[in-house]
Amino acid sequence: MLETIIILIKVWAVLIALVSGAAIMTWVERKESAVMQDRLGANRADILGFRVIGLFQPLADGLKMFFKEDFIPDRADKFLHTLAPILAFFPALVTFAVIPFGDVLKIGDLVIPLQIAKLNIGYLYLLAFGGLAVYGTVLAGYSSNNKYSLLGGLRAAAQMISYEVCLGLTLIGLIMVYSTLQLDKIVQQQGELLFGFLPVWGIFLQPLGFLLFFPAAIAETKRVPFDLPEGESEIIGYYTEYSGMRFGLFYFAEFVEIIVLAALVSTLFFGGYQVPYLYADGFSFPWGGHWVLPNLIIVLLQLASFGLKIAFFCWLQVLIRWTLPRFRYDQLMRLCWVGILPLAILNILLTGLILLLIKP
Amino acid sequence: MNFVPILIFLGAAAAVVFAALLTNRLLAPHKPNPAKLTTYECGEEPVGSPWIRFNTRFYVIALIFIVFDVEVLFLFPWAVNLKQMGMFAWVEMAVFIAILSIGLAYVWAKRDLEWIKPKPGWVKSKD
Repeated sequence: MLETIIILIKVWAVLIALVSGAAIMTWVERKESAVMQDRLGANRADILGFRVIGLFQPLADGLKMFFKEDFIPDRADKFLHTLAPILAFFPALVTFAVIPFGDVLKIGDLVIPLQIAKLNIGYLYLLAFGGLAVYGTVLAGYSSNNKYSLLGGLRAAAQMISYEVCLGLTLIGLIMVYSTLQLDKIVQQQGELLFGFLPVWGIFLQPLGFLLFFPAAIAETKRVPFDLPEGESEIIGYYTEYSGMRFGLFYFAEFVEIIVLAALVSTLFFGGYQVPYLYADGFSFPWGGHWVLPNLIIVLLQLASFGLKIAFFCWLQVLIRWTLPRFRYDQLMRLCWVGILPLAILNILLTGLILLLIKP
Repeated sequence: MNFVPILIFLGAAAAVVFAALLTNRLLAPHKPNPAKLTTYECGEEPVGSPWIRFNTRFYVIALIFIVFDVEVLFLFPWAVNLKQMGMFAWVEMAVFIAILSIGLAYVWAKRDLEWIKPKPGWVKSKD
């Protein structure tokens, strides 16, 4: 019974964090682009005259979504048209279930792992639900009965399945190094030290893996420079015919994906919740010195570390989105199949060879 | 036991999605009219239906996607256990990957990875 309540609290906390995080990301995206383009950006929404640098804007946007008319065009397929945004938003939300956001919280005799589910097939679960997102996009494009939507859907189909292969292959090297698919075990191993001072983060063991994984993952979120399914400035894309909350779900899914991707990248390559030299009982520095801390402080430090890493990678993704121009379609395909894919295979074979040669 | 939290999470996420759609349905006005319900093509009357037979440029991609996705599936258990299995497993996987790479090279040489595929033929036509 107690266990169920704990699970419910964790689920509730993670969902609240994800949804409100996505809302804040809409503000970050608009504000960061404004700063980069020397504009003021969103700053008009106010409550009783207080504007707080536009932070009420996501609130106003969210409320607007609820009050806007949501209609299905006459010629669209009613069922698929409704199903598509659900299929786009739902997988983005549920992927977070296997990502650990802290080690363990101890309250008296109670030990609470700070992760929704410790799955031994963690990364496969992520890939499986990430793969579902393609249905949302393609069905939206097809069911709208609009030529622009169809173009967007067609582009999305080839792009997303191509980069999904890369998403799997680029991470094989990392999985070989840590010998597990379980994300919390991967993070635990990243708490150890290399040569006595360097934390064993994925980025130090798999630099090429990171360089290949990050663009492939951005391509899966369909953001600039990989935004051909959307192509705001040319075809508007697969959600041309959407309005009200169903459009809102597509819009929100994008920002949830940004956060999940940031969390995933920091979990796999940047130590997740780990703080360098922080262990289960406190800090222990390689140059000597030991600093014992209570469990609660350690958990808070871990949460802060994870939050900062997520914030950094969200910021980086928005920066990339407002810096680079869009790819041409053949460039996009070439980057995946003759750029990332062969390099990823090379990375796998090399990693395997090195692992076997240095094996004690 | 590991999958119970996942199920709870799936249920909660589904509840969030349906709550959002339901609130929208309850709060939003509903006043359709013929002009609103037409297909949006920047104000033009839509001509014809997009549900026609269209040229799926990348159907070959879809085929190699299946091949490589299955390869990835084989790679995951191999990657987890490589450290125990040793060099022989590595050589075996290298041979397996090499065979699949030949397929990729074939598709590349046939130019199926380009948006505008030149007329059928091997690598370069003479004209």
